[in-house]
Amino acid sequence: MTTTTTSYKVIGSRPLRPDGVDKVTGRAIYGADVRLPGMLYGKVLRSPHAHARIVSIDASAALTLRGVRAVITAQDLPAIGDKIADLGESVVNLRYASNNILAHDKVLYHGHAVAAVAADNVHIAEEALALIKVEYEVLPHVLDGKQAMSANAPILLDDLRTNELGKLGNAPTNVAEHIRHQRGDLDKGFAEADVIVERTFHTATVHQGYIEPQNATALWNEDDQVFVWCSTQGAFSVQEQLAELLQIPISRITVTPTEIGGGFGGKINVYLDPLAALLSRKAGHRPVKMTMTRAEVLTSTGPTSGSHIRVKMGARRDGTITAAQAELIYEAGAYPGSPVGAGCGVIFANYRLENLQIDGYDVVVNRPKASAYRAPGGTNAAFASETVVDELAEKLGIDPIEFRLRNAVREGDRRPDGPEYKRIGLIETLEAARSHPHYTAPLTGKHRGRGVAAGYWGNWGGKSSATATVNSDGTVNLIEGSTDIGGSRASIAMQLAETLGLPYEDIRPQVVGTASVGYNDVTGGSRTTFGTGWAVYEVGKKILAEMRQRAAEYWDVPVESVQVADGVFAHNGDQMSFRELAGKLDTPVTASASVHPQNYGPGFGVHIVDVEVDVETGKVEILRYTAAQDVGKAIHPSYVEGQLQGGAAQGIGWALNEEYVYDDKGRLVNASLLDYRMPTALDLPMIDTVLVEAPNPGHPYGVRGVGEVPIVPPAAAVANAIYRAAGVRMTELPMSPARIVAALATQSTNAA
Amino acid sequence: MKSKVIVATTINGEELEFLCEPRQSLLEVLRDVLGLTGAKEGCNNGNCGACNVLLDGVLVNSCLVLGVEAEGRTVETVEGMASGGQLHPLQQKFLEHAALQCGICTPGFLLAAKSLLDHNPDPTEAEVRHWLAGNLCRCTGYDKIVRAVLDAADTV
Amino acid sequence: MRHDVWIPPVHRDLTGGEERVQIEAVTIGEVVTALEQRFPGIAARLTHEGQLRPGIAVAVNGVVTPRGLRQRLDHASEIHFVPAMAGG
Repeated sequence: MTTTTTSYKVIGSRPLRPDGVDKVTGRAIYGADVRLPGMLYGKVLRSPHAHARIVSIDASAALTLRGVRAVITAQDLPAIGDKIADLGESVVNLRYASNNILAHDKVLYHGHAVAAVAADNVHIAEEALALIKVEYEVLPHVLDGKQAMSANAPILLDDLRTNELGKLGNAPTNVAEHIRHQRGDLDKGFAEADVIVERTFHTATVHQGYIEPQNATALWNEDDQVFVWCSTQGAFSVQEQLAELLQIPISRITVTPTEIGGGFGGKINVYLDPLAALLSRKAGHRPVKMTMTRAEVLTSTGPTSGSHIRVKMGARRDGTITAAQAELIYEAGAYPGSPVGAGCGVIFANYRLENLQIDGYDVVVNRPKASAYRAPGGTNAAFASETVVDELAEKLGIDPIEFRLRNAVREGDRRPDGPEYKRIGLIETLEAARSHPHYTAPLTGKHRGRGVAAGYWGNWGGKSSATATVNSDGTVNLIEGSTDIGGSRASIAMQLAETLGLPYEDIRPQVVGTASVGYNDVTGGSRTTFGTGWAVYEVGKKILAEMRQRAAEYWDVPVESVQVADGVFAHNGDQMSFRELAGKLDTPVTASASVHPQNYGPGFGVHIVDVEVDVETGKVEILRYTAAQDVGKAIHPSYVEGQLQGGAAQGIGWALNEEYVYDDKGRLVNASLLDYRMPTALDLPMIDTVLVEAPNPGHPYGVRGVGEVPIVPPAAAVANAIYRAAGVRMTELPMSPARIVAALATQSTNAA
Repeated sequence: MKSKVIVATTINGEELEFLCEPRQSLLEVLRDVLGLTGAKEGCNNGNCGACNVLLDGVLVNSCLVLGVEAEGRTVETVEGMASGGQLHPLQQKFLEHAALQCGICTPGFLLAAKSLLDHNPDPTEAEVRHWLAGNLCRCTGYDKIVRAVLDAADTV
Repeated sequence: MRHDVWIPPVHRDLTGGEERVQIEAVTIGEVVTALEQRFPGIAARLTHEGQLRPGIAVAVNGVVTPRGLRQRLDHASEIHFVPAMAGG
């Protein structure tokens, strides 16, 4: 179901993706498919301990194994002092980043890399790992964010001091950052409330779960040029990270992105790339390929934060929210950098609030360093606030969508962190959800219930560059640098076709590496169709202007007298198609553009879900699911729907099954896809989508980022449905069978 | 040095021989020995289905089969699905329905779906979901994949 | 030109609790200089070596600017110093 306003020729249609045939025939080259002459294979030795000091590493036995070509440890990494760098999407202390690549003095989590080997094949490399002797002094560990904040908790990083937006603490701590948003008068707000709901929540550490494990192939040449082939969300980000971690100039590094098998934020930070490069240099400048096992992906690459969240909200009988307060503790993993800032931005973003206070804490614990995961921090926050909102509505006897509508933000209202919203589409999205047949369909049967929740994500613009060349037959080659992770070659090419007035089929897009196109930020932050789409819009305008000039020269008339429309140039009755003109060019026409747009504008989603709870086993079945979202303008509606469906599915997994489980020694015990249980086709129904098109005035084609919003509402929507189905308010994720059964047992004990 | 074994097999209709170590999985042989990288490694322990191939017409996770087990048998991989310059109807429908985003799970899903349609040319949605439950996709939420398979079944 | 500058809650210890102040300035850099004159210590929290501290972003009329301290203020503006955010 789509509502639309403006008519376009290409935008809004559903053409086949340019890379489609390669991907359905198995021909597309992903990172693990790269093969170079003389290639070696690398593997990583990882810590079996959650927290330990490295006393010694002895690799001598490994080096004597036939076929072993090099072993590296942290000694092989350049020493890096404290330096704060802005890499892609996140600000990192490079010393921490380097320590996470290979542990220098301490290991801080089970799976922390300690050494790496290059050998003739992967089996020899694995045998060699077993021959490396590492002596550890095991230290007390802490896995839980709340416990890590306590006075007697083990300290992970001796030099860490709490940062409060530039105000630094002076004592050792595990709290890396404290964020506060505050306005109005909380006491007054709660005093005005007729109903107050306060609850505390806990959410588990979860993983992005991309199906393709991390990989990198690197060649360090004798002239110190470094070449890397890898699947990444951003080749330029890999290049910058390598330059910083290896302390070599950016120009010496060439990163060629392969096809990528999912990322969701988890393929921004580098793990293997610097190791493969160092191994290549040490192994006599032979190329080295490294891929992770699934267990390594789970123990050692970025999950997103587990969290403790407390939410208190009050509302008047008329349905007006009078005050809202939240405290969010996010587990960053071993080094600072949880998405608690974004969580603080999301938690009350849907509502106009005069009185609010939000406190967020970024806390290091002995778990893998968190990395971005689709709307980082948003799902945790919305799970807490949107279930409290549901409870307020219930206590006031107001329909949950109506309650949200009475408090929904619109243009001119303030975000929790202060600035005013510009044009946003929350109201339209809530109304679309309310008028969807799903919302009013009868739901009968025992232990069935319907839940609803809303979600916000701020989105991002980022930097994009693109180049296009007009071929002699009038087709156009488009060179872009944004990793295509879900069909963006199509959505980018469509925007160029629309700008040029050409058919989609005449545009041939290619994603290239750092040597072949201007700078591009990562495919992340829901920015690619927005930002890179804007870059090709600018490219298209330049091409058209140049072609118009050429037409004027051909006719020998002033350029102002040449009209351009729908790919046809006209002057005083003469007409020439883009194709005809292209055939007459004696000097090539090519154009590039680089942009850094800011008016990306946030998106909102509203999800409706029906569940059935098996009160004996605690299993929750998803019966029906509908996701409505303000998408700005859907360039390729099928792939926009796909974003909504995929985000909902990931959110359902987060809601019901997924969690990191540790033993008492701090070791991850469910590092496989059998035990880390992601949704299968059997766990889900069809996922209906409603694309609400409120064009973003900050983009030439009205585009608004769509990829991240849909993972924000699901956990809360499912929790609210479970409440309607079984009468229990769930405050812990995942809402696994065991937790449901326990909650039902507590409920019946309380009732008795 | 481990001694290698000569294995005679048929892959995508072509009789061939390859050399492999006894410890190498069929997945490793396909990818690293034969250069057929359409089968993907997502977990290497049979949980994700990205390495699905057909062995004597039976759907298997090639990461759980040894290379030497291919001796005297027929193997069908994603590279063999299109024929005569035409995509298989499942491949075509996956494209038309936008049933792939990143595409890494797609080869496995295509072979699993082909195996389903070989057994059951007219499956219900529930049957499709049940059959495909051994294949993980993290991008699509399965909606468009299930629709593509149902549509392909109507076409075949 | 006068701008409406919002003081981050964690820095209101320096402003005696004041949430918003009026500042005359032509750039964000000048805003910080003027804030420092009235509330000594605040510049060191917001900036480091002549730039906004990593992790801090500045929003002018609701839009985060990549120009940081060099951002010109052509109209009377509302200014917020906010935590920088990342997406996936």
